[in-house]
Amino acid sequence: MRLRFAWQPVLALALLILASFFPSMTMGALDAEANPTATVQVPFDGTSTLISLLLAAGAILSLVRLPKTAEALILLVASFGAAWMLVSGISGAEGSALAPFFLKLAASWFLAWRAASVLSNLSPISASARTLLRLLVPALFGAWVLILWEAIVRGAGVPFILLPPPSAIGLRLVSSVPTLWADVNQTIFKSVIAGYVAGCGLGFGAAVLADRYGFLRRGLLPIGNMVSALPIIGVAPILVNLLGFDWQSKAAVVIVMTFFPMLVNTIAGLSASGHMERDLMRTYASNYWQTLLKLRLPAAMPFIFNALKINSTLALIGAIVAEFFGTPVVGMGFRISTEVGRMNIDMVWAEIAVAALVGSLFYGGLALAERAVTFWHPSVRGG
Amino acid sequence: MDRSLKLLSFSAAMNVIASPLKPADVVPRPSGASVVEARGLGLTFKTNDGPVQALTDVNLSIGKGEFVSFIGPSGCGKTTFLRVIADLERPTAGTIHVNGMTPEQAREARAYGYVFQAAALYPWRTIEHNVALPLEIMGIGKAEREERIKRTLALVNLSGFEKKFPWQLSGGMQQRASIARALAFDADLLLMDEPFGALDEIVRDHLNEQLLQLWARTNKTICFVTHSIPEAVYLSTRIVVMSPRPGRVTDVIESTLPHERPLDIRETPEFLAIAHRVREGLRAGHSYD
Amino acid sequence: MSAIAAPGAGTGLEPLGLWARLSSGRTLPVLSILLVLIAIWYVAAFSLNAPFQRRLDGESAPGGTLAFVERTLNQAKPTLPSPHQVAQNVLENTFLRKVTSNRSLVYHAGVTLSSTVLGFVLGTTLGILIAVGIVHVVTLERSLMPWIIASQTVPILAVAPMIIVVLAAVGITGLLPKALISTYLSFFPVTVGMVKGLRSPETNHLDLMHTYNASPAQTFWKLRLPASVPFLFASMKVAVAASLVGAIVGELPTGAVAGIGAKLLSGAYYSQTVDMWAALVAGSVVAALLVTLVGIASRVVERAMGARPA
Ligand SMILES: Nc1ncnc2c1ncn2[C@@H]1O[C@H](COP(=O)(O)OP(=O)(O)OP(=O)(O)O)[C@@H](O)[C@H]1O
Ligand SMILES: [Mg+2]
Repeated sequence: MRLRFAWQPVLALALLILASFFPSMTMGALDAEANPTATVQVPFDGTSTLISLLLAAGAILSLVRLPKTAEALILLVASFGAAWMLVSGISGAEGSALAPFFLKLAASWFLAWRAASVLSNLSPISASARTLLRLLVPALFGAWVLILWEAIVRGAGVPFILLPPPSAIGLRLVSSVPTLWADVNQTIFKSVIAGYVAGCGLGFGAAVLADRYGFLRRGLLPIGNMVSALPIIGVAPILVNLLGFDWQSKAAVVIVMTFFPMLVNTIAGLSASGHMERDLMRTYASNYWQTLLKLRLPAAMPFIFNALKINSTLALIGAIVAEFFGTPVVGMGFRISTEVGRMNIDMVWAEIAVAALVGSLFYGGLALAERAVTFWHPSVRGG
Repeated sequence: MDRSLKLLSFSAAMNVIASPLKPADVVPRPSGASVVEARGLGLTFKTNDGPVQALTDVNLSIGKGEFVSFIGPSGCGKTTFLRVIADLERPTAGTIHVNGMTPEQAREARAYGYVFQAAALYPWRTIEHNVALPLEIMGIGKAEREERIKRTLALVNLSGFEKKFPWQLSGGMQQRASIARALAFDADLLLMDEPFGALDEIVRDHLNEQLLQLWARTNKTICFVTHSIPEAVYLSTRIVVMSPRPGRVTDVIESTLPHERPLDIRETPEFLAIAHRVREGLRAGHSYD
Repeated sequence: MSAIAAPGAGTGLEPLGLWARLSSGRTLPVLSILLVLIAIWYVAAFSLNAPFQRRLDGESAPGGTLAFVERTLNQAKPTLPSPHQVAQNVLENTFLRKVTSNRSLVYHAGVTLSSTVLGFVLGTTLGILIAVGIVHVVTLERSLMPWIIASQTVPILAVAPMIIVVLAAVGITGLLPKALISTYLSFFPVTVGMVKGLRSPETNHLDLMHTYNASPAQTFWKLRLPASVPFLFASMKVAVAASLVGAIVGELPTGAVAGIGAKLLSGAYYSQTVDMWAALVAGSVVAALLVTLVGIASRVVERAMGARPA
């Protein structure tokens, strides 16, 4: 039998051996051993050995020269199977985990790592398989962040009030959809969208103006560069004071935050076209607007999208932080600050998860649009 | 002065000999009728480490229908001269006329097409849309645009590649597309700055042949910068030899080759004799010791 | 029809007039735009504060229009303070107070600065480490890169209050919680910039190292790292600004007593608008200072590495 060594399965085996020196995985099991007459539900009653066997089998099989896909599959089954048994075993016995629990958790994590590295070194021929892999590997990583979070919080008995496990956050999320929707509606659909569109539009317009009039550009560019580095978010309380508590003041904060990145990037982008291309337009005696539309704006698109992406994060942050300073009793920032006060941390996390989801969706949409518009750029077409 | 007058009469003679079918009235008359007319032309670049004399006292007259090559070592001002004709650079001394106008007026009248050393196609436009670019800027209608795109792409043998993007084409094809772009609006003057410099010998031969055919068919005036002696001799009716520091014209050689030039004309003694003269001219203007 | 080009036309040889020289530089345009902004500010301050002043004056308005304007621009708690009020407040609280005083802006800026710097150092280190990992380990690239981008869509500033409350509950208080928020904000630009920088060497340079049979470590130290330095500094400029934002927001919700963020919050709470604007100005000065420092460091390092002085 020929072997193929990788450090992750070997380390996993070592951890399993180490774990086998400990008598029990939880304090509950220790108690049960101390007075065998009591008929309490013992965590990991029976599954303890099963977990070890599953992990050991996965680790050993992965060392054998198998086809790569088979190896990845075995590793995934072993690591996720073990993780599932570990998490479900510890539920209800929070805080009672002993060293073997964490050793086995680490062992299954290493197997998953090995699976990820096998998968990322695969280069399948079919395009759809490649896409699938490109999604699968990061998804694995994300899943394991959640698994480790869940298992460690439950195993070590971290009070839920400090850091709730992802499952609790998920439950909370599902059970408070109406509240969350109202908050999203207030913060995203009113403040963020209005502010983002206006801020980016104004920044773009100012950049085109500045591009037309050199005097304006030479004055605005240093100021814009400078202001982009300033903690603009500080205007939030001021604008809330000035414009009142409703969404208009939040939109104003977003406008101020998104204006300058757009300005600076667009100005940079408008001067990004090559000398030769501009000389070419000159030989056609093309006027300013023709050159702008046909050469300089298309060449500036990568820069403009860069600003749009930066601004999408800034807009969300701006609106939420602005809500800390006063808002009608709805909105993501409002919810976060009040629920922190009430120590409803799971609600806060649910709110954050929603924000991250919305942010990622928006960002993903922008990235797709960017690919469609700047398909010609070497970084997009790849090579 | 004497010399440039001599050149003028030479070139007039050349045109009469080379294109007997041409109506008599387009035979260039001295001054005013020539396509490019430079007198005592000079250009000094101001750089951080002092002035650079890119061109000094250039006297040259290029008649209609000529194919003039510029050859000379790197930095002798070939590109600069072409850019002065194209109004991309302003001379600091002397005068230059293009079609009897200042370069600026000529540019605004869209008197010439310029082919750069690199293809400089816009990556976000397909080949046909790249060729359409000057036509759009000059406000030519859609139907006519399509007709011209078809014609010029056929002229450079790129039919069938209309919908491709530049990066999907080989270097030679890109360069041909950029030539098509310069031809599309039918200017009578073509300025080409080492258009085939980055291509391999075989492709280059092929494009040279096609360029000659195109020139014969369209009766354009072509100014062509190259580093290759065979290319210059093969293509030109006149070869301008330049020399650097300061950039100037050191020799102008008339070609005695017939108008009809198959590729293997390059093996003939006549061709080799002209090539030899060009080489001598280059050597004289540039000493390496 | 004479086409004799004026000598020096288009080559910058002609002597420029004073006005042309000034406006082709940056000073005059910047100054005039700043002046316009201040003018707009005054107009806005007047129109926003005037209604309150009218109510305050009631029937018996002493003096003429000029006196009214003057009173309007000098209210104690204006809706929008006028520039000179802010300037005066900044100067007073910067130079006329003891550094240890609770009202001294230098004191508050110092508090914010210390957590900014700590977070920036942590964030830059983390960013560089992640970038090195991503460039060298395929698994890390594949699994981390999408999440690093996604991490920035989490409005971490919104989490800031919770992080601080939670960390306080486990007994971690003071500098570190704020610094962690700065770290989270500043690692991202550094990672992205460093990955770009470490990948910036051209193929033929990498091929050259390959012909020397250089080890990955040698390629890293002798090619990739030097090539990434300009990228590193460019992203550090962004990171240091982000770090400051993190520190300020970290001070907002905690009932923190010191720092620019706390000053902003208490200003908002007691409607001391002048104080708020002054705190904002202080934050801006700190930001400018930090970015300038990184800029100087980058110039020094790049010159030491043999770059041409610009
Ligand atoms: N924009 C510029 N600023 C300063 N100097 C320039 C500029 N353009 C060209 N030069 C200088 O003018 C001289 C002539 O340059 P030019 O580009 O015309 O040479 P060339 O004959 O085309 O050379 P090559 O064969 O290498 O293309 C060179 O010494 C060059 O350094
Ligand atoms: Mg040249």
